[in-house]
Amino acid sequence: MSSTNNSAVKSAAETQQQVRNSLARRYRAERRFRFYGFAAVTAGIAFVVFLFGTIFAQGLSVFQQSYVKLEVFYDPETIDPAGNRDPDDLVVADYQALVRAALREEFPQVEGRPNLRELYGLMSSAASIELQRAVTANPDLIGQRQTLWLLADDTIDMVLKGNVSRQAREDERRLSDQQIGWLNALEQRGDLDLRFNRSFFSNGDSRDPEQAGVRGALIGSLLTLLITLLLSFPIGVGAAVYLEEFAPRNRLTDVIEVNINNLAAVPSIVFGLLGLAVFIGFFGMPRSAPLVGGFVLTLLTLPTIIIASRAALKAVPPSIREAALGMGASRLQMVGHHVLPLALPGMLTGAIIGMARALGESAPLLMIGMVAFIVEVPQGIVDPATALPVQVFLWSDLPERGFVERTSGAIIVLLLFLLLMNATAVWLRNKFEKRW
Amino acid sequence: MTPSLLIVALALLSFIAFQIGKARALSVAGGARGIRDLHSLPGHYGMLAALWAGLPALLLVILWVSLQDRVLIAIVTSHLPASVMALGQDGFTLFLNDVRNVIAGNIPASQVSAEAAVAATQYVRLQGYSRMALTALAFAVAVLGLFITRSRITPELRARNSVERVFEGLLFLCSLVAVLTTLGIVLSVAFEATRFFNIVPASDFLFGTRWSPQMAIRADQVGSSGAFGAIPLFAGTLLISFIAMIVAVPIGLFSAIYLAEYAPSQVRKVVKPLLEVLAGVPTVVYGFFAVTTVGPILRVWGESVGLDVAGESALAAGLVMGIMIIPFVSSLADDMITAVPQSLRDGAYALGATRSETIKQVVLRAALPGIVGGVLLAISRAIGETMIVVMAAGLAANLTANPLEAVTTVTVQIVTLLVGDQEFDSPKTLAAFALGLMLFIVTLVLNVIALYVVRKYREQYE
Repeated sequence: MSSTNNSAVKSAAETQQQVRNSLARRYRAERRFRFYGFAAVTAGIAFVVFLFGTIFAQGLSVFQQSYVKLEVFYDPETIDPAGNRDPDDLVVADYQALVRAALREEFPQVEGRPNLRELYGLMSSAASIELQRAVTANPDLIGQRQTLWLLADDTIDMVLKGNVSRQAREDERRLSDQQIGWLNALEQRGDLDLRFNRSFFSNGDSRDPEQAGVRGALIGSLLTLLITLLLSFPIGVGAAVYLEEFAPRNRLTDVIEVNINNLAAVPSIVFGLLGLAVFIGFFGMPRSAPLVGGFVLTLLTLPTIIIASRAALKAVPPSIREAALGMGASRLQMVGHHVLPLALPGMLTGAIIGMARALGESAPLLMIGMVAFIVEVPQGIVDPATALPVQVFLWSDLPERGFVERTSGAIIVLLLFLLLMNATAVWLRNKFEKRW
Repeated sequence: MTPSLLIVALALLSFIAFQIGKARALSVAGGARGIRDLHSLPGHYGMLAALWAGLPALLLVILWVSLQDRVLIAIVTSHLPASVMALGQDGFTLFLNDVRNVIAGNIPASQVSAEAAVAATQYVRLQGYSRMALTALAFAVAVLGLFITRSRITPELRARNSVERVFEGLLFLCSLVAVLTTLGIVLSVAFEATRFFNIVPASDFLFGTRWSPQMAIRADQVGSSGAFGAIPLFAGTLLISFIAMIVAVPIGLFSAIYLAEYAPSQVRKVVKPLLEVLAGVPTVVYGFFAVTTVGPILRVWGESVGLDVAGESALAAGLVMGIMIIPFVSSLADDMITAVPQSLRDGAYALGATRSETIKQVVLRAALPGIVGGVLLAISRAIGETMIVVMAAGLAANLTANPLEAVTTVTVQIVTLLVGDQEFDSPKTLAAFALGLMLFIVTLVLNVIALYVVRKYREQYE
């Protein structure tokens, strides 16, 4: 320590000097350390902003879609040549021909098959389906003219939204120069416009970006969550009540406690393996069904709900219990009449947070086959279905430019639901939280 | 009656039983004045009747329905002509599939073989009988339970105690579900994994360095030997988790330190939930972010400095996974730091230490076990994370430590081996369960250690 041999103890003045000399260095270290902390927080927030920024920048445009205004003539020659308005014939009639005729009317100068084929490529195949729906719902339309906004092809949509440049070289985009010309002409006439995207919310999955919608996945998610909630909330609350209020302290309850804590940290994909081996392999339940998805997610969310419910029960002061028991209530009456009602808001909050986790979960659903390409909107809990996050996964794999936007759009819908659920949880907590 | 309708009917019957039991209790007590002679509240007697009417019948229905299909298939099988029995294992499975599809109405009976159509009709007929029998039996049990209980109701019957014992038992069953889940995971995964190890020796799986999970369909196929050496998968998992931890631990730890020790409370109130938003974002969103944003950015950067970055590099997946884990590390570290008693800090300040010196030499050292526990939990999280790597990491099993190359992980392989595969007995699907078993064991060990360390630490300052 000291440079001199004869004095082992430094004088006070020397020490003071040493401290003073080191102060500048120590303050620099202090500032540096503080800056690291600040930088870490800034980096964290920057990630949040960047993540949400890119998702929203890519996905907000999904709420609008390109539609072309066409004057459609419901030509009886084409769709009802027999003239008997037979519903079976009307369903299978060639509605594409109507769309094509309307396009030719819009651009009468286009001739020759290759050019015409390019012209027809402007419209989505969903346009004819829309006409089919209109006619089958109201056969009186036949023979009339109607001006409609019909769905354009996704290549048009991408150009209109600026995701593909009109100036790009012809071989770098999927539209030909000729098609760009028509597109510009339509736009000048005001016959091509971005309008609210109905089909995104009313359609199931599709291979064509412009027709793909989230309705099927959303219903699938809701059905799955419904099963999850119906099972996991009663079971979770029951388990929490037993462990907090009834369980004797013995080996078995210790095992159960440790078990629940460990289960909360088991990777979600392992629950998927369990579901595949037990529910589908052993019990022979159907694949891809929201029922099985609900079972798996129940097991997955159960630890969360049990832990939250136990915390809520712990927050109820013992005096309430003692008072109830003192009045002659049995333990079950004490819990049912007094403790549970007081703990319920906390339990609900936990349940909602568990449900939010279940809504975002996709890995276990992949295992049980809720990952198929399903166009139909599921009607019940044993119909094949997919879930919203799985839909995101499926779409993110597809090469078309239009699906990047769809994927981000589906993510935005998913995030909105999560936000709603978490906001409800916070609101519940703030409204009903009691300080004793 | 279909089982679901039957359950609704039983619930209705239970409700009626409740009213009957309650009325009976009141009548044996001799009206409202005699109510004080009853041992329990009239509702308890009603509840007892409802339980005896509903529960045994419900158990019967559940048992019956879960066994019905097996029994019916066995009966149908025993009546099959010898020509079907001669089909062999695979042919018979296909035959059964046909039968099931006809039963479910997926394909019309005219499209399958005559034997299958006959079997399907027989199944449907037997199913009808079975349902009728079940309905009759369930109602008989329910009504019997109701009347026996009704005749037992006297003022001395300790109805409350019986009812509460039943409810307590139900609550106990609820808490047993968690244990059963763990048991189910261990048994099912271990069972399938054992079948896998019967085909592929465990040593080949654990120490082999080549992973190409194809099995030959024909014996003479080129490249027919599948290789199930899982070392490249373990290495890939570790590499990606390591990158994730390099991102998450410093950022998470320093954010926690800043928010707990430096930031004014208003800043803390805003920033902390903002960071925790990252924990609430579904992992599939991170996967998409890694594929469409981080991956291409890394590629462009790599090109600008002359590095060749693979399209599905370990770096992109690891970085994004790290971002996902930041709030996990930071909130756990925050808990641990705030749990350190103020007196320790005050002691350090009194000795003339600056804030950062106090933090580095006193607070962090005191909180270290807890933080280590938190980091272990985060590692187990990273190892088990699926969607990010499925979307952003590759499928090729490269044994490399270069983060710019594509690697694959245990979870990616589980997903690729199982998605879209129906059969349960090929080594390919069974390999997924062996990987799942490894994953479960490793994460379990990490969790047990971490939870032990964290709890031990918490107790220290309580």
